[in-house]
Amino acid sequence: MEIMLAVLAGFLVSAGAYLMMSGKTLPYLFGLTMISNAANIIIFCAGRLTFGAPPLIPEGEKYIEGAANALPQALVLTAIVIGFGLLVFALTLAYRSWFVLGTVEMDDMHESEPGTEVIS
Amino acid sequence: MLLFWPVVIPFFTAVLTLLAWRSPEIQRGLSLMGAFALLASALAIFSHTLNYGPVAAQAGGWDAPFGITMVADALSATMVLLVGVVATAVILFSFSDVTREEEHFGYHPLTHALLAGLGGAFLTGDIFNMYVWFEVMLIASFGLLVIGGQPNQIAGAIKYVGLNLIATVAFIAGVGLLYGTAGTVNMSDLHNVLNGREGDSVVTASAAFLLFAFASKAALFPLFFWLPASYHTPSFSTSAMFSALVTKVGVYALFRVFSLVYDIEGSILEPILLWGAVLTMAFGVFGALSQSSVRRVLGYTIIGSIGMMILGFAVGSRLAVAAGVFYLFQDVLVKAALFLSAGATARLTGSELFARSGGVWRSRPFFAVVLLIPALSLAGVPPLSGFWPKLMLVQATLEQGSWFLAFATLATGFFMLFAVARVWSAVIWSAHPDGDRAITRTLDGPTWAPLVSLTLLVIFIGLNAGNFVDLTLTIADQIIDPTAYLTAVLGEPK
Amino acid sequence: MNSLILSTAARLVMPLILVLAVFVFYRGHNEPGGGFIGGLLAATAFALLEMAQGVETARRALRFRPQSIAAVGLGCTLIGGLWGALAYGYFLKGVWPLITKHADGSKSGLPFGSIFLFDFGVFLVVLGGVCCILFALEDVVQSDSEAGGD
Repeated sequence: MEIMLAVLAGFLVSAGAYLMMSGKTLPYLFGLTMISNAANIIIFCAGRLTFGAPPLIPEGEKYIEGAANALPQALVLTAIVIGFGLLVFALTLAYRSWFVLGTVEMDDMHESEPGTEVIS
Repeated sequence: MLLFWPVVIPFFTAVLTLLAWRSPEIQRGLSLMGAFALLASALAIFSHTLNYGPVAAQAGGWDAPFGITMVADALSATMVLLVGVVATAVILFSFSDVTREEEHFGYHPLTHALLAGLGGAFLTGDIFNMYVWFEVMLIASFGLLVIGGQPNQIAGAIKYVGLNLIATVAFIAGVGLLYGTAGTVNMSDLHNVLNGREGDSVVTASAAFLLFAFASKAALFPLFFWLPASYHTPSFSTSAMFSALVTKVGVYALFRVFSLVYDIEGSILEPILLWGAVLTMAFGVFGALSQSSVRRVLGYTIIGSIGMMILGFAVGSRLAVAAGVFYLFQDVLVKAALFLSAGATARLTGSELFARSGGVWRSRPFFAVVLLIPALSLAGVPPLSGFWPKLMLVQATLEQGSWFLAFATLATGFFMLFAVARVWSAVIWSAHPDGDRAITRTLDGPTWAPLVSLTLLVIFIGLNAGNFVDLTLTIADQIIDPTAYLTAVLGEPK
Repeated sequence: MNSLILSTAARLVMPLILVLAVFVFYRGHNEPGGGFIGGLLAATAFALLEMAQGVETARRALRFRPQSIAAVGLGCTLIGGLWGALAYGYFLKGVWPLITKHADGSKSGLPFGSIFLFDFGVFLVVLGGVCCILFALEDVVQSDSEAGGD
């Protein structure tokens, strides 16, 4: 199971990196989302993967064997929520930049650095 | 509870300013009061840590390492104090700088959310919690950056957001690996768990992820391209806040995590950090020389200064770390003063482009002198505050026998002086292109007060350098040997 | 969007979603649920209304400015945290003023205290925040399409 998820994370990172190389705002953000999901999978795996073993400690005992650690799942939830908020902002920004600057090519956005047009 | 105030007060101010959205006057009053309250709480924390050493507080009463811990040692406490000082100065300055429209779209609530994120990031003793505070800070800074919606702001924000989101992902991936191998996210507990596991591949991988994340936040070579593209686009108050504090969070996180959690001495990351710092200094100063507008020059000098701080940390001896910390502290004040004075100059001359401004010396000589002091401090002219950390750094590198690093430090100082002289001659000394009569505007109280007080602080640090050297040496001791920090968080070792 | 079916259905479904939101929020006290999902559900109700009858109707239905709702929510969470600090000296520590502890160790009373206030704050922050984003997006798309049409 861990190996499958590791392969999935690797696949997500490579696909995401490929998308980010395109130099356009929207594919960049989609690629970034894929990579951030890969990061979430890494944290998820960090807490052990188990089938049908809820992390509930029976009464009178202190530890439980063979159950997944619940903390990484809480961490992942936080990371997903934060990542989602940032993605919404970034998508809105991409929309505004297309509307205000009239381009989706990041190489064509010189408004903040006048003088760089010649080089690129 | 004392340690939670720098988070609670800004959040509360954000709430009140959001509710007072109908009246900009009430918003301003609340915002300034919030900044003063933050300053007061920071002073209380600072004096407490100076007198009693590091303190810790547990959220919800859950003991470390299971709960979220807030810790203040001398480094955190001084950073929080600087947050308070800069917040007060910037918010006062914003009264005459930020437009009504920007205030309507939430300048004050966003600024205080940013301050809460800064306070939390400096005080937390938990690496996942640090990630959360980074995000609070990041989302507020996104908002502040695009408020106003000018095309150059949007174009700069695309680069800022794009690179910072990658850094965020690297940060969370590093924390995930760290938790997977160590089973804790409390930094003091991590110190104990990772002790003796320096060579582990998982530990090194997580360290590399975190180094990438903090280096992008701090604008270290080669991850600095977002900074000069975006820092000069928002209002002057916002760029002062960003340049004084937001990049410094990356530096602080590097200092904290790579001394407390990881032991980088002798590892593969040490030369990366050292050469990254040298190249950052070089790119910063040469970038500054190539620009022709005030805030863009200053943006590149931020990068040069960041290189200097990281160099001190990477060299690693007691004196060098103290030099890095000293540089960090005084640079917060100098950068805030410089960006605010850039705002005041642009208001006087009507532009921040070199070609379109000038004549300040002939029409406003006293103001020009006030500008000169932080500018000379940036260049490292004695006896101002920027001189002492450079001297300490040169001394520390010479003690280690690395002539090249001492030379790099001196050369950076020289080129910074050159960059500052260029700004001075173009904006202050030369005549205004429309003649000297072009400067008719006057500066009001909210512009003068923060400028003069920040400048006085810069002089004060320069003249009282002895006390500050002692303080930074204490901090360097705490960074090199974090026993007191660990005891404050985890209790006496059993 | 001017769909008769959607706008009629929205009128019927919206109260149901809001009741469900409050139920999920209250259930979150000891079982799966809580302020975050409750707030999201409540925001869905207003999103549905916005889709069916336009952003102005949704704004009126919400009564208050979404930013103010989120601000009050943030205030609630802070007060919930400070309550614990005042009572026990620990920020965010749970306080249960209506619960009495008996001599034999059992407890009775109403489980109602700082944690509930904190969770209610989360509910409001999520509701206000999501509605704020939705309404602002709708405004931007409208104004841009008008500006682009000229």
